[in-house]
Amino acid sequence: MKFSKRVFLGLAAGSALATLPMSAWAEDWQPTRPVDFTIMAGSGGGADQIARFVQSVVEANDMTNRPLIPTNRGGGSGAEALLHLKDARDPDHTLMVTLNSFYTTPIRQEGLGVDIEKFTPITMMGVDPFVLWVHKDSGITTFEQYIEKVREMDGEFVMGGTGTGQEDSIVIAYMSGAFDLDIKYIPYDGGGAVAKDLAGQQIMATVNNPAEAKGFYEAGDFIPLLAFSDERMDAYPDVPTLKEKGHDFSYYNQRAIVGAPGMSDEAAAYYRDLFGKVYEGEDWQTYLVSESLSPLPMDEAQTRAYWTTQVENHRKLLSEIDG
Amino acid sequence: MEVLSFLASGVLTALEPINLGLILIGVTVGLFIGAMPGLGSVNGVAILLPVTFLVPPASAIIFLAAIYYGAMYGGAISSVTLGIPGASTAVATTFDGRPLALQGRASLALVTAALASFVGGTVATVFFSLFAPLLATVALNFGPPEIFALMLLAFATFVGLGGDDIPKTIFSICFGLVLATVGFDTISGEPRLVLFDIQGFIRGIGFIVLAIGVYGIGEMLWTIEQTRGDITTTNPRMTAKGLASDAREAVRRGWKGTWIGSVLGFFVGVLPAAGATPGSLMSYGVAKMISKTPGEYGHGSPDGVAAPEAANNSASTGSMLPMLTLGIPGSPTTAILLGGMVIWGLTPGPRLFIDESEFVWGLIGSFYISNLAAVLINLAFIPLFVWMLRMPFTILAPLIFVLSIVGGFAASRSMHDLWLIVIFGLGAFFMRKFDYPLAPAVLAIVLGPIAEPTLRQSLLLSSGDPMIFFNRPIAGPITVVAIILILLPALRLLRRKRSVASG
Repeated sequence: MKFSKRVFLGLAAGSALATLPMSAWAEDWQPTRPVDFTIMAGSGGGADQIARFVQSVVEANDMTNRPLIPTNRGGGSGAEALLHLKDARDPDHTLMVTLNSFYTTPIRQEGLGVDIEKFTPITMMGVDPFVLWVHKDSGITTFEQYIEKVREMDGEFVMGGTGTGQEDSIVIAYMSGAFDLDIKYIPYDGGGAVAKDLAGQQIMATVNNPAEAKGFYEAGDFIPLLAFSDERMDAYPDVPTLKEKGHDFSYYNQRAIVGAPGMSDEAAAYYRDLFGKVYEGEDWQTYLVSESLSPLPMDEAQTRAYWTTQVENHRKLLSEIDG
Repeated sequence: MEVLSFLASGVLTALEPINLGLILIGVTVGLFIGAMPGLGSVNGVAILLPVTFLVPPASAIIFLAAIYYGAMYGGAISSVTLGIPGASTAVATTFDGRPLALQGRASLALVTAALASFVGGTVATVFFSLFAPLLATVALNFGPPEIFALMLLAFATFVGLGGDDIPKTIFSICFGLVLATVGFDTISGEPRLVLFDIQGFIRGIGFIVLAIGVYGIGEMLWTIEQTRGDITTTNPRMTAKGLASDAREAVRRGWKGTWIGSVLGFFVGVLPAAGATPGSLMSYGVAKMISKTPGEYGHGSPDGVAAPEAANNSASTGSMLPMLTLGIPGSPTTAILLGGMVIWGLTPGPRLFIDESEFVWGLIGSFYISNLAAVLINLAFIPLFVWMLRMPFTILAPLIFVLSIVGGFAASRSMHDLWLIVIFGLGAFFMRKFDYPLAPAVLAIVLGPIAEPTLRQSLLLSSGDPMIFFNRPIAGPITVVAIILILLPALRLLRRKRSVASG
């Protein structure tokens, strides 16, 4: 037999196919090119860490036939990422890791013309609660002392956060309204910078995700006063919640993976399966515990309903801040 | 001494075969990633982060830190040979590295850069080993007013140089500051100066976009216009003897810049807000300011290459410090390293030095080894890079254009940025034609996004009282020095007029 180039290629392809695992046949749809894994925030923040963690898990366990390519598109408080997804040329290969600017940015910047309810729900990886922190040298150890101190300082009590309209400012605005507090609010461009200036006592208190304050808490520099979660957090069992203080309010940062609008059902099913496996995996479950994330598993219909209520809630909360 | 025994065991950890192998690979990879215009250590570390899942955490961070180091060395290579900054941290290296290459002294510039980088990195590592916890406390004392005062000082070093045309320098700074305000404003939470309603401007103007436009495209157009394209930019001959004599000359003419860059770069790097790019630009400014021959700067001064190169290596070590001790990244690259540490199950922060001392000292030990590896590998490759320059400019120019476009696209994958690169290139060409200095505009776009929010945060803190910059123990003296430096040229001018009048 003459060993032509065509025969050779055919044999090579045949043997390559033969070595594919059977599971590859079970899936109807597979990515055909690298997957755009857009992150709604800059490098180093919570969303970025999660995205890179998920990517590492997928990579280490060889779970996809094409790589996930994380790209930070945090500009304009996530507007850049939202527009990128809205106008995605290949929705089947475009995913995004979100935080709550997913809800707030389209409300605050209506000119973008982004309707997040058109996006494709993939997987809810968990929600990140918020905690009120002070420095150990402030002499404050309880929420009541904090209230007293803020009132005593009469508008001179300084808190830092990640900016007007951002998650922590919503929590602080609610708290100020509920307890009639007058707080001086300094915006920073990231949770890390906020934590650093609390550690250096440039500011007096912050509302931050536990992940960003954990190092200082463990070293004894930060004291948690109040959790804005539904129930007391496992990591901080002695810290009361705002609900216990008589106000029906909780607030979480959404850590979810969403797909571009117009993603095909087959592709969405593939990604749900993929990130569902990541979610179930030991790596992610350990991460949830170590970073104090709360699990909040939802299917597609539940996620859509959740989005609708979140958009309504945020519209109301933001109108209170701006108005 | 306790520190020395920790350090010794750290160096031994770094010399374990797997770690040493990773250092050599990391430094070489970093060198080439750094040398690619547009791609810097951020991209290299981000791309290779998942790979580190396969090795233990200590080896993983040693590998990533080696890439970071290698990229700092590599950034100088395209700055010198092509005039395009290989990374944002190497922009200041083009100011004098490029003119040296055009004079046929590319190898001198590259050797100076390599040696200065080595000294900068090593000095910073020594500081790091001895004073890490202390310096972390100092970094915490830098709140918004202190950072703003420092930024003011950085601007002052550029305005107060005296030699240049001061009104044009100020115009150039203002132009850069305006560009720096484009995009989303953290303080008000609103988008700002979204020019022509083009959505791409919401993100703001990336510094690397401006740098590639100005120094890649702009420089290429300028050279073509000046030479009509019929010269070979340089005709270097590389021999071992030549290399050795370049090394001697580099030491003789670059030591001053090297020590300024090493010390200043480290302290700027330690401050979480700043990082290696402001550090290298400030070092260049300071080196020029205290030089006896400031006129040489910008026309091929080895000190002008040494200062920013020593500074960017020193600062990259410095920026590891707040990351490890406070859990706060001092630069975009350390932000990714920080994410990596969380993934490996470590908690960066005040307890890391105590709980994970083996990890920390292994990393510090690897800084020494990485530096040594980087300088040797870099020196070995210099003949190759210089050889590239033997191409006639008619071939080199399209190559520069392609590299600028590809590098600019690779960094953000956005067409919007590509158009900006072309526009900035043309703009820079005309600014040069009318004799406007470009470096201050570049400085402004780096420092503006740090200076503006810290100014506004400070004034929010003080309820609008500017005295906050004077009555704090660290901010006060820095602000006063900055103001004196800004006023110095005006005073000098006044004195000159008076002496003319009286004489």
